[in-house]
Amino acid sequence: MRSPSGFWGMLAPKRITMLRRLREHSAGGGRLVPLLILGAVFWLVGFGTLFRILKYFRGVEDIGDLLAAKLFGLILLTFFGVLLLSNVITALSTFFLSRDLELLLAAPSDWLQLYLTRLGETLLHSSWMVGLICLPILAAYGTVFGGGLVFYVVAAMTLLPLFIMLSALGSAVTVLLVSIFPARRAKDILGVITVGAAGGLVLLIRLLRPESLTKPEGFRNLGEFLALLRGPTSPWIPSEWSASATMEALQGSFDPFPLVLLWTSALGMVVLGAIFHARAYISAYTRSQTGAQRHPAGRRFSRSIARLFKPLGIRRSELVLKDVRVFFRDTTQWSQLILLSVLVVVYIYNISALPLYTEGVSFFFAHVISFLNVGLAGFVLSAIAARFVFPALSIEGPALWLLKSSPLDARDLLWTKYWVGTVPLLIMAILLTIGTNLLLEVGWLMMTLSVITIAAIAFALSALALAFGAIYPQFKSENMAQISTSLGGLLFMMAAVSLVGIVLVLESWPVLTILRRRMFGMALTQESVIIAVLGGLAALAVCTLATIIPLRVTLRRIEGFQV
Amino acid sequence: MIRLAKLKKNYGDFAALRGIDLEVSRGSLFGLLGPNGAGKTTALRIIAGILQPTAGRVIVAGHDVQRDPERAKSKLGFIPDRPFVYDKLTGQEFLKFVGGLWGQDGAEVDRRIDELLNLWELTDWRDELLETYSHGMRQKIIISSALIHKPDVIIVDEPMVGLDPKAARILKDLFRGFVKRGGTILMSTHTLEVAEVLCDSIAIIQNGLIRAQGSMEDLRAEAEAGEAGLEEIFLKLTGGQEVQELLEVLES
Repeated sequence: MRSPSGFWGMLAPKRITMLRRLREHSAGGGRLVPLLILGAVFWLVGFGTLFRILKYFRGVEDIGDLLAAKLFGLILLTFFGVLLLSNVITALSTFFLSRDLELLLAAPSDWLQLYLTRLGETLLHSSWMVGLICLPILAAYGTVFGGGLVFYVVAAMTLLPLFIMLSALGSAVTVLLVSIFPARRAKDILGVITVGAAGGLVLLIRLLRPESLTKPEGFRNLGEFLALLRGPTSPWIPSEWSASATMEALQGSFDPFPLVLLWTSALGMVVLGAIFHARAYISAYTRSQTGAQRHPAGRRFSRSIARLFKPLGIRRSELVLKDVRVFFRDTTQWSQLILLSVLVVVYIYNISALPLYTEGVSFFFAHVISFLNVGLAGFVLSAIAARFVFPALSIEGPALWLLKSSPLDARDLLWTKYWVGTVPLLIMAILLTIGTNLLLEVGWLMMTLSVITIAAIAFALSALALAFGAIYPQFKSENMAQISTSLGGLLFMMAAVSLVGIVLVLESWPVLTILRRRMFGMALTQESVIIAVLGGLAALAVCTLATIIPLRVTLRRIEGFQV
Repeated sequence: MIRLAKLKKNYGDFAALRGIDLEVSRGSLFGLLGPNGAGKTTALRIIAGILQPTAGRVIVAGHDVQRDPERAKSKLGFIPDRPFVYDKLTGQEFLKFVGGLWGQDGAEVDRRIDELLNLWELTDWRDELLETYSHGMRQKIIISSALIHKPDVIIVDEPMVGLDPKAARILKDLFRGFVKRGGTILMSTHTLEVAEVLCDSIAIIQNGLIRAQGSMEDLRAEAEAGEAGLEEIFLKLTGGQEVQELLEVLES
């Protein structure tokens, strides 16, 4: 039976909600403006970078255009992989976990309408970001190769069926997956796979040492690379059809075959998806609802951890235990550690790949890098604090009924949140700094200074993250990752980067003075020692204030939390 | 045991509570009834120390909830109507966590957890994550969490939601036993049969004001309702004509 409201009627609640949200954002201005600025900066950087690369390619005789075309093909191939995974994950929400499904399934609505509306939602949610990223890319190609309006029209006409095809395929894969695993389990597995894949990709790109291509002796590698690019590409990958149709339009010729192939394949995929949906969806949905399997938690392991925190006192140990358990049992939380580990490996690898001491680089340079490394580590710590410490109070929003109705002292909650965030941050900060300093072979003075500085920064960053999280809490947000990207998260990042910058500036003069004197074999004067001590103390004072004041603010905010 | 004095709560321009005075004596089960949006949940959340009142005082077991919150809350157990539980904790871990929030630990808490899980027939589920529990099972865990620290006062918002008949019966017996041992319960409910059977006193709240309070006899007298049951008294006091009109619309 066809629902009287039809396809658009079925989408009405989502449409209206989205429009209202947009209107609220526009009226509030607060979040929209920084996001627009950030988006514009991202576009400009993307456009500028690609523009320069393509300009360079155009200047390369014979193979320049080929390189540009292959690059476009590679970009679309990457999008193809990203979109397929993104569609599978989005379809889990739209087809199985969405809260309005019960209402829609209970209504006398047509199954095809349900499929098409959910497919539309999946398409929109998973593809909008890739669509936006395509704009500066296409603009760069259009500008460099002088593509007219036809190029942009053909590009849009080839990208749209690619997106549709991937949504239909992703949705079908999801229905199939849920027919095998329960929806939430499938979500967990996919979450870990996605994060692992992203981490693996970053690691792979870094370990390929792309910087070697900039060296003259690396041209042999470039030749091999080109030979690989010249090789035949699989005609079975739809992103290649898009790439070839778009590039032909850019070069003035137009072959309708890839376009026809794309549209017929996309429509065919939607039809096949609909047929599969009609046959498998209801049983998969039923399974997703009844598939709440029992997953007993490790009792013995839990008890040994409990013993570890016992000395903290009953309230604090229970709060710490709760935070640790919730973190390590939530796939969306701990899987982030994979990405974090990859970033750390890449970070340390970058330091180890620096051509230190071997190519005439001095002791001075290594020590300056070590000092700047503190700033870089501070930035990495800021990002980690934004992701893990900033949302710590927001995620307690739904549980505030319990925390606020208990005789729990706000100080206990603050203490727990602060130390649960700070200890891992501190360990990581110190390990990262010591590790990179050992690779840089710096002296004991630099080692001591950088370790003390990064430790002081870690204490302050954790306090700042908590304070901004308490001032801008997101109690209604269900997703921890979204909390970090809220306005409060952005403001925290700005404050954190400023703090790291101030500390580095305060320490830079004494550090440079001492290093210069040591490099030239001069003894330290009384004046230089006083400058060094004053600079160090000022930096320490800034960190201390940036720890104490935010913690006081957080305490007051926690005491005033209402739900 | 519980005393509300001129309690007011505004949400912006909207006045949810307009000055409530209420006294619940020790060893009694007091029912708070009222239509949707009357201010019941707001009142209960203020008593539980979750919300700050705009004006007025709340005294629980001799302690001012605003001025001496920790002492007042240490006597309280709160059961909300739409509770959140940590999905990634097991039932046993959640109860232990709540015990810890009230500063209780050790063998005594473990024993009480065993007793409560056994009472609700959840012993087999003690090591399962709460995300796998049904709605009713979660409600049982929430009720248990309010009892784990042996409170003197229990504040309950819609206690029967999601419970099967057997569990509902257990809860009624549990509440009766609690009151008999000197405990005090303030309960908000829309299930008028439950209120009529369980409550010693009832207050009817509407538009942020108490319209009537007292025993069933007192309410009958106030509503001039003869031998009527609580449902009729409630409708008479809170707008029975509207219900009649609604029925006429439905019948037409």
